[in-house]
Amino acid sequence: MNNLVILPIIIPVVIGMIMVIMRKQIKIQRFLSLFSMLAVGSVTLYLIFQIKSEGIQTLQLGGWEAPYGVSMVIDLFAALLIMVTSIVAFCCLLYAFHTIGEEREKFYFYPLFLFLIAGVNGSFITGDIFNLFVCFEVMLVASYVLISLGGTKIQLRESIKYILINILSSFLFLVAIAFLYAMTGTLNFAHLSLRVAEVGQGGLMTTVAILFLIVFSLKAGLFLFFWLPGAYSAPPTAISAIFAALLTKVGIYAIIRVFTLVFYHEPEVTHWFIGLLAAITMGLGAIGAVAYWDIKRILTYNVIVGVGFILAGVASFTTVGMTGALYYLIHDMIVKALIFLLGGTIIYLTGTSNLKDLSGLIRLHPQLGWMFFVAALSLSGIPPLSGFLGKIFITEGTFESGYFWLGAIGLITSLLVLYSIMKVFMNAFWGYTVIREEDEYGTTKGLLLPIGLLTTLTIALGLGAEAIHDYVDLAVEVLMNPNLYIEAVLGVNPKP
Amino acid sequence: MCIVVGLLFMIGTYLILTKTLLRIILGTSIIGHGVNLLIITMGGLKKGGPPLLGIENVTYADSLPQALLLTAIVINFATTALFLVLSYRAYTVLGTDDTEQLRGKEDE
Amino acid sequence: MKEPNDVLIRSVSKVAVVIIFTFAINLFISGHHYPGGGFIGGLAFSSAVVLLFLTFNIETVRKNFPVDFKVIAALGVLIAVLTGVGAMLLGVPFLTQAFDYFNLPIFGKTELATAVLFDIGVALAVIGTSLTIIMSIGDDR
Repeated sequence: MNNLVILPIIIPVVIGMIMVIMRKQIKIQRFLSLFSMLAVGSVTLYLIFQIKSEGIQTLQLGGWEAPYGVSMVIDLFAALLIMVTSIVAFCCLLYAFHTIGEEREKFYFYPLFLFLIAGVNGSFITGDIFNLFVCFEVMLVASYVLISLGGTKIQLRESIKYILINILSSFLFLVAIAFLYAMTGTLNFAHLSLRVAEVGQGGLMTTVAILFLIVFSLKAGLFLFFWLPGAYSAPPTAISAIFAALLTKVGIYAIIRVFTLVFYHEPEVTHWFIGLLAAITMGLGAIGAVAYWDIKRILTYNVIVGVGFILAGVASFTTVGMTGALYYLIHDMIVKALIFLLGGTIIYLTGTSNLKDLSGLIRLHPQLGWMFFVAALSLSGIPPLSGFLGKIFITEGTFESGYFWLGAIGLITSLLVLYSIMKVFMNAFWGYTVIREEDEYGTTKGLLLPIGLLTTLTIALGLGAEAIHDYVDLAVEVLMNPNLYIEAVLGVNPKP
Repeated sequence: MCIVVGLLFMIGTYLILTKTLLRIILGTSIIGHGVNLLIITMGGLKKGGPPLLGIENVTYADSLPQALLLTAIVINFATTALFLVLSYRAYTVLGTDDTEQLRGKEDE
Repeated sequence: MKEPNDVLIRSVSKVAVVIIFTFAINLFISGHHYPGGGFIGGLAFSSAVVLLFLTFNIETVRKNFPVDFKVIAALGVLIAVLTGVGAMLLGVPFLTQAFDYFNLPIFGKTELATAVLFDIGVALAVIGTSLTIIMSIGDDR
């Protein structure tokens, strides 16, 4: 039992509620939201050290023991993701202070933001599949409001599509849970893993697994991503950055958790299917990224490519591939937030997102330009930046498990990603300076701080990958060996 | 039970595929009811006393599906309400509830 | 908008609202051992308020009921979560409940449980949320 485990959910909820009560004091809200992210970050940092020395930490809510009660489980995989979540959220908040506008701030922007974070953290921590659903819903309801906040025409239009698709996928999620409960009689992850291992993963069980895969792919934007580009390009920059960094990643987390802990018995079927979907996703995403001339569209299609690439590592289902997926997941959360903030800054400055109207920004904004360059290189996995390590491990993993086509598609799409993002860089920053400083719609004052923080982080993660190597290794060990997780939750060793 | 679930899903899917926003919302809530019925059916319809204090019984009914159901209903309630509010706002701002016209133009 | 002024509905709802409020409180209290509880009690309570909205108009009710329902919802969630945090401070798992029997002056031997506090939070949250929803759909003109 460790009560700290629940804190990453409790802190944002409590502080968010306090902020709802004092609606008018924007300054206090700003301070409190930053403070809560710092608090979550430091608690998680402490937990990471604790997990490293003592193993997986659990909390049985109300003292009701698993599998009957609700358990919260935090292993290194979840802890690392929560850590990155709080860093990214911190930077997006800093960015939002200057860009989001007072009207949105007064209309509960910060509380909603914190509820979103609470839902994301909850999905990472929770130890049973029904609470995963509940936390998904908390996150999604917050995101529904955030996406439509402000109520411009395009936002309303996109939010209706977004809500409809997510409500439907939630229903599918419930259907899958119902079937799973009928077959196993439990919903606790650890207990599920035991039961599925006992009765064997037959045809019906695999079908349910595929149903779960469909649900999570809808949320993660794996193959079923048709709703994503519109929805992510509608809201203001700070919101779309946090969406791009977190929401799809929660879906990916769920896929990784379910398919390494519960349905890992038939990798020829399920993991091959994940690989196929990942390949198609990467291909289509890269085509989309190359085809468009609109900054926001290019960036959202890059999100899709990233999702496909991470899941290629999961599909390989080898230790190397998983390590790569985890590295790339961490990298992707940071760099997607970074690139969205950068792209948003360009749009904020010039008032247009069409690349054909942009040119020569580097003369006026050299720091912005070079940071964009670094982010672009990092996005496409050029050493020594943070994307490189993940890319190399994932490719190695796919080759190791014999999915050569998957690795090849991954590498080819990396080139396309590089092309698409360089297209943005060259068009926006190089060439004639067509815009004068007086004509700009805003200044970069205050915006460069969060962007700079994230840029430093992506460089540091690339150069200092050794530092987190131990933690990633331990996290992957738990993923590849479900018995560790089961033992921590249920307190029994299934295979002595 | 299963046939009713199927019927509800069928009606809901039909309604979601229509063009009017209000019908789409009705469709989602009908599918929601179908899902709730499915959960309770899948939990197994057993005879037994309610698992409450003060009631002596040899067998108790499995209360977990009902707990799941209650949570699902609450969440369904919240999302439907939110969807209603939002589509009403969309209707007042965009001036239409027809999904064909909601699509709008690219350069708006 | 025309002032709603229906004699039937007015005279019925004046009585009915009191009954519904009482029933809501009854549901809430019986929920500790028997079917009922904060969620359903809160819903019954807010249905009474909705009846008031229908009978008189929203502005009149708001004037006599000058609270922001969003704040009530937030307070409710806060109470519910903080009862759980109270358990954390005592060093037992989050949301652990406790109860004991006390001899109160009027009620005699009564069971007091921390779960009731949690339920109060749930009821407030439900009242706040449902009324906020009704008002944001109905108030907009």
